[in-house]
Amino acid sequence: MDKAGESPFMKYLRKDRLPTIFCAGCGNGIAMNTFFKGMEMAEIDFENLILVSGIGCSSRIPGYVECDSLHTTHGRPISFATGIKLANPQHDVAVFSGDGDAAAIGGNHLIHAARRNINITVICINNSIYGMTGGQISPTSPRGSYGTTAPYGALERPFSLSDLVTAAGGTYVARWTTAHPLQLSNAIKKGFLNKGFSFIEVISQCPTYYGRKNRMKSPIEMLKWMKESSILKRKADKMEESELEGKIIVGEFQKKEELEFTDKLCKLLEEQCVTGKPAAVRSAYQGD
Amino acid sequence: MITVNENLCKGCNLCTEFCPRQVYEQTDKLNKKGVHVPVPVNEEKCKKCGLCALMCPDQAIKVDEKDEE
Ligand SMILES: Cc1ncc(C[n+]2csc(CCOP(=O)(O)OP(=O)(O)O)c2C)c(N)n1
Ligand code: SF4
Ligand code: SF4
Ligand code: SF4
Repeated sequence: MDKAGESPFMKYLRKDRLPTIFCAGCGNGIAMNTFFKGMEMAEIDFENLILVSGIGCSSRIPGYVECDSLHTTHGRPISFATGIKLANPQHDVAVFSGDGDAAAIGGNHLIHAARRNINITVICINNSIYGMTGGQISPTSPRGSYGTTAPYGALERPFSLSDLVTAAGGTYVARWTTAHPLQLSNAIKKGFLNKGFSFIEVISQCPTYYGRKNRMKSPIEMLKWMKESSILKRKADKMEESELEGKIIVGEFQKKEELEFTDKLCKLLEEQCVTGKPAAVRSAYQGD
Repeated sequence: MITVNENLCKGCNLCTEFCPRQVYEQTDKLNKKGVHVPVPVNEEKCKKCGLCALMCPDQAIKVDEKDEE
């Protein structure tokens, strides 16, 4: 039951830790709200949820949520989440990660979890920069954007994370921005309902570093930029690459059904098990 | 009824900007931390879509579904 005057999301939060450490207008808070909304829409039991994160501003989110959570090392949340899911396949496991956490230091873990199609839901908050450490360029920083490590503008081609995860084998992949909170909530719902690896890329605002360095001082300006630059995937698919420079392609990138990793492993254990104990336990402790 | 929690609001004004009915306005009202807290001055125009509560990054907004008596 909602308490009078309280946000509908307050019931999921550790109130004694609020307000969050996030800067005013940071997109992390919107990602958090849409996560709860998507979770409700998918009718996920909050008591059954485990949240995992790495290091970064975005990775602070699980610490505010009143459920079991793990705050792990930089780039490794998906690996920890894989362990949790394999040991406790009955739990709903979700990961909060930044673009640096998921795609730079954690890039390998991301593609291999997608390849395995393990049933976890990754919410990647892509603010195109390293927020926590002071505005360094990340693998998703757009060409020409400024950061403390790119005073003349980023020279490299950025990763399109949703395309990357689709190619790697993720079975539900969608990208929206914090300026599309309803579509984003719906994508998170679908991510939860997908029995396999789900990747929701949230293009988000870091007004403090990305905004300040790229002539968008306020979170309002940043949200307007995201809204105006967004183009639906099915429309973008018919356009040339040159026409899409500077655009944010939003929508569903992948939605398909495939056998899931924990299911495959459980089945294998069942088939191989003659003693009632899993095979690994037999060989390690019984000398066979 | 619309409630804005002064202790949580950081004054980003996303609610003021993105409410489709322009319900909120920035005022001179300051909270303890010196933040300008928005006020739902045009509350009668609210259509209870819930967008402001979903977009408020600091979980400071509650929009009651029921109309006031
Ligand atoms: C092993 C290791 N290398 C580097 C760091 C420093 N570090 C902390 S957060 C971070 C990047 C954060 O960027 P991102 O994941 O995009 O999250 P954001 O803060 O933008 O939400 C880095 C490089 C670290 N904590 N551990
Ligand atoms: S530094 Fe950027 S990402 Fe980190 S809390 Fe501030 S606005 Fe958000
Ligand atoms: S969106 Fe929330 S934090 Fe931002 S000004 Fe409105 S009430 Fe305050
Ligand atoms: S519920 Fe909708 S109309 Fe009402 S104040 Fe919020 S955003 Fe505006």
